[in-house]
Amino acid sequence: MPEENINKKWEPKIIAFFCNWCTYTAADLAGVSRLKYAPNVKVIRLMCSGRVDPQFILQSLASGADGVLIGGCHPGDCHYSEGNYKMLRRFRLLQRVLRSMGVEDERVRLEWISASEGEKVKTVINEMVDTIRKLGPLGLPGKISVYDKDLAELKNEIDTEIEVDIKPSGKEMVEHA
Amino acid sequence: MSTFNGNGQSIPKIGFYICHCGHNIASMVDVDKVQKYTASLPGVTVSRDYKYMCSDPGQELIQKDIKEFGLNRIVVASCSPLLHEHTFRVATEKAGLNPYFFHMVNIRENVSWVTGDKEAATDKAIDLVRAAIQRVFFHKPLVKKEVPINPDVLILGGGIAGIHAALTIANAGKKVYLVEREPTIGGHMAMFDKTFPTLDCAACILTPKMSAVKNHPNITLWSYSEVEKIEGFVGNYRATIKRKPRYVIEELCVGCMDCIDACIYKEAKYPDEFNLGMSKRKPIYIPFPQATPQVVLFDPDTCIDFKSHRCKKTCIEACDRDAIDLKQTAKYEEINIGSVILATGFKTYDAKFAPQYGYGRFPNVFTSLELERMVNASGPTSGEVLTKEGKKPKSVGIVHCVGSRDEKSNKWCSKVCCMYSLKLAHLIKEHTGAEVYNFYIDMRTPGKGYEEFYDKLMNEGVHFIRGRVAEVTDWALAAEEENKLTIRVEDTLVGVVRRIPVDMVVLSVGLEPREDASDVRRMFNISCSNEGFFLERHPKLAPVSTFTDGIFIAGACQGPKDIPDSVAQAGAAAAEVLSLICAGTIELEPNTASITEEFCSGCKSCIPLCPYSAISFKEDTKKAYINEALCKGCGTCVAACPSGSIIQNLFEDEQIFGEIEGLLRFAGIDLAGSETKGKELEHA
Repeated sequence: MPEENINKKWEPKIIAFFCNWCTYTAADLAGVSRLKYAPNVKVIRLMCSGRVDPQFILQSLASGADGVLIGGCHPGDCHYSEGNYKMLRRFRLLQRVLRSMGVEDERVRLEWISASEGEKVKTVINEMVDTIRKLGPLGLPGKISVYDKDLAELKNEIDTEIEVDIKPSGKEMVEHA
Repeated sequence: MSTFNGNGQSIPKIGFYICHCGHNIASMVDVDKVQKYTASLPGVTVSRDYKYMCSDPGQELIQKDIKEFGLNRIVVASCSPLLHEHTFRVATEKAGLNPYFFHMVNIRENVSWVTGDKEAATDKAIDLVRAAIQRVFFHKPLVKKEVPINPDVLILGGGIAGIHAALTIANAGKKVYLVEREPTIGGHMAMFDKTFPTLDCAACILTPKMSAVKNHPNITLWSYSEVEKIEGFVGNYRATIKRKPRYVIEELCVGCMDCIDACIYKEAKYPDEFNLGMSKRKPIYIPFPQATPQVVLFDPDTCIDFKSHRCKKTCIEACDRDAIDLKQTAKYEEINIGSVILATGFKTYDAKFAPQYGYGRFPNVFTSLELERMVNASGPTSGEVLTKEGKKPKSVGIVHCVGSRDEKSNKWCSKVCCMYSLKLAHLIKEHTGAEVYNFYIDMRTPGKGYEEFYDKLMNEGVHFIRGRVAEVTDWALAAEEENKLTIRVEDTLVGVVRRIPVDMVVLSVGLEPREDASDVRRMFNISCSNEGFFLERHPKLAPVSTFTDGIFIAGACQGPKDIPDSVAQAGAAAAEVLSLICAGTIELEPNTASITEEFCSGCKSCIPLCPYSAISFKEDTKKAYINEALCKGCGTCVAACPSGSIIQNLFEDEQIFGEIEGLLRFAGIDLAGSETKGKELEHA
């Protein structure tokens, strides 16, 4: 409940995108086997890890997730032949972007978990929750509002500068920025 | 039908239902709290909890509410969608609402069964439910695609499971292609002498079925063949079968074996695979007398003509039907089928990996399969149980669980070994009169007539010693151990370490997945369980189905199984196939992707991403186009489209973003300022 949430001790919030055929089935298996794991990871089911749009990851982080876990079939096992490879490539690129934004590598994790690896679901989730607990909150929504404010101030400053100093080169610079 | 236009702009009327699942959910998740909380969310018209949502009254509850309150979205929080999504979609549809306005939240496998803390579980359930409520705002009505089912069936593996499934389907009047890798069908069962517990002669009950397969007008038997490639989807598969060259024209050969007699090798000198190398064969041979088809084949690795081209080719002269063609090459057959049964069987554990038992070191240590051949009248010793020295053993030790129930090799119980060990004990005693010792961990004899068979053996004077054998050794410590193999074991019932000298040791080897099981699995797009056996769709309720529609499994490729169980599974797989065929058509999930032309920039990024070549480029409009019949709905292109012009039904961007927002709605409260907080408190 919202009111309680504010007073509660901070707990990592992790969004997981699991492919229907391997990792989601493995999570079901973990359930059937009654393996207990941390409740911090909430799963969104997709048909294939190839469906994971980098925007889903960015949006999750921007909306307040402290980490994102992507689960797909092992290489060579993809139900759709190669969706997991496509995800892997995107993931590598996205990692660079996130790194440059100051988001630690450990916050976004890609794991191959086959339908029979219920145990691995448990280990990966517990490990990830532990790691993120150590890293602390990411707090992007807060940071973004600060960035927005900084940006608005900067824009304001530049706008006033332009009004004062109407050199054409100065204006070009703003447009490129 | 709902009047809601489905664009997510107006507030829908959502019905929410949370299932107790008896105590499965309710004992860990406070269903009442979730229900009350959800009632306060925007768009939720009805919020209820019920003991068993999947039961008829549970489904009727939804249907009644749809009619009474004009609900146009349904969210059920219960078990995994892999289990009951279909059930609720059907229920929704029956009430006149498009089934894709339904969404399911998994709070059993994903919450109550995996969480130890009641409060945490309830909170997690609330988050997941909120995500689903956000998601269904963006749901749209969808129409299922119907495709016809090709009635022809491909069966892989000609062991007892494959044979039984083939005959069942063929007897129903449907066409079957039975593909067997070996030169003959029959599988492991053809190697056995007797079958437990009835001591039926294996050949006597199997060979009639083998010839029935060969002679059945609806069965095309391709032995010595393998599947090269398979593509397509349920009801519409296309397979390429490689028929390896036998160097004998199958249609002409009648199996008279004159060529074998005429071979310039007067003596057979190459190890015979069927007898596990215990006897010899010529380069031209027939695996065993009842081999089906009765067609000889050449082994190019041992035939002189293949090696040096300097053979007199007496075999060709001897064949008066001109059936020998030494220039034969592999033939490829292309077939269209609607469904596939995999019955590829097992392999036995390689006893060399248990060096303490001396297999391969001591000539008188045999595997159980070798002994099966030995006691068989058409086997290498014509049915006599003999040591390597050619003598009848006076005492024989049977070591159970070699490569089963062992942390170091295979953890699983191979299920059949206790029973076949009893059978072998009986046969050894019958053939030689020897003292027979069984060394077991636990005797596992559940099954019709199995325990009675065990009783019978105890009364026959077979010795049973409870304990895992430590070692088989030829190091004699006493006079009676000279020139014998000594079995060292702790008798756990008496609590003493015993040394038992025997003339012959039989290792009851366990059952394992075939070496190439994982290649086969990849080719047919199914999964394997941890130990490497093919994974069934559900361990209890869908034991012969797989996660790929139209692909079924039967027999020991799914897990260790005896003959009755393999036959029962083969029958079940055949019934599943026939039910598909009789339905004539199958509905496919409508989760395919499509292009919104007005946003497509024609960049072509999506085209090489599609593993099914479903995307093409329309030159006239300079836009991409997705052929819906080829699209399987993975969504890879959707995620890659830079302009966001590809939409995947059921997994649209808005729907996923809805879920993300729903899950994190309160996450940023203390950081993101009062705006979100205020908004949320309104609903709380």
